[in-house]
Amino acid sequence: MDYQNQPLEDIRHIKNMMERSSRFISLSGLSGISAGLCALAGAWLAHSKISLYNFEHSTLFNDDRGTYVFKDGVYLLINQLLLIAALTFTAAFVTSFVFTYLRSKKTGIPLWGKASIRLFWNTVIPLVAGGVFLLKCLQLGGYELIAPGSLIFYGLALINASKYTLGEIRYLGYCQVILGIINLWMTGYGLYFWAAGFGLLHIIYGILMWVKYERVINNE
Amino acid sequence: MNNPIENLNKIFDSRVRLGIMSTLMVNDEINFNDLKQLIDVTDGNLASHMKSLEDSSYVKVNKGFIGRKTNTTYAVTKAGQKAFQQHVAALEQMIKNIK
Repeated sequence: MDYQNQPLEDIRHIKNMMERSSRFISLSGLSGISAGLCALAGAWLAHSKISLYNFEHSTLFNDDRGTYVFKDGVYLLINQLLLIAALTFTAAFVTSFVFTYLRSKKTGIPLWGKASIRLFWNTVIPLVAGGVFLLKCLQLGGYELIAPGSLIFYGLALINASKYTLGEIRYLGYCQVILGIINLWMTGYGLYFWAAGFGLLHIIYGILMWVKYERVINNE
Repeated sequence: MNNPIENLNKIFDSRVRLGIMSTLMVNDEINFNDLKQLIDVTDGNLASHMKSLEDSSYVKVNKGFIGRKTNTTYAVTKAGQKAFQQHVAALEQMIKNIK
């Protein structure tokens, strides 16, 4: 019996050691779910701010030369939205960090090892490049590019990251990029695309990953 | 017909040595402490297994320093890669034969 299963067990051991040493596999599905919930809450908050604002003022008016100019009040709204975005990002980051930290304790793989450092840099580089690009867009008044731009750069960062963590994150990346590109031609609906990409897709991905990798371990 | 068990490498009988080789196959180099943590063995245990892999010239050792601390890193040799691939091929063959 044992003799028959030995080669299969050996192959499993080899695969396991290769993955443990080269990829950061403690990324928890629960992190995806919590980040998605934060994004949905943030989008809902932003949506209520925007609809509240529209009752009181008209957002844009036409100046003499026919170009649209913002009224003063809208800058307050934009600042509020940026604050909501920052808070959402922080909450999503902190909660997803906590779940991944707990998982890394369970799997016994250090959170700050060679594999996670590699994952960190390969995610951060496209994200920072995208962030700088989007800040410049904000400065130039290209507000409609923020939602599609953040989806596209985030998706590219995930695709790049997939070589250094659970490979399935690549598909989440593809979906984010596709959503972002569609959003480029439906700019009025940025917030909905944002909620779908950062909210729903994260939750779906998180549930799938949790079912695939973590539920099994819990039963063992 | 030759028996695939004959193609298995005796040196890779040990789980620890198999784990070391698997790790080295996918990393350019890895230092002693990271390896110890990954494989989850004691210093002495890992050192003795590394010694036997060195003796078969499957791994090369690079002893360096980070500040004053010794930093020993390991990498797989060409011979080691070949031996490991043959061992995996033999394992695959055995699994196919069972089916």
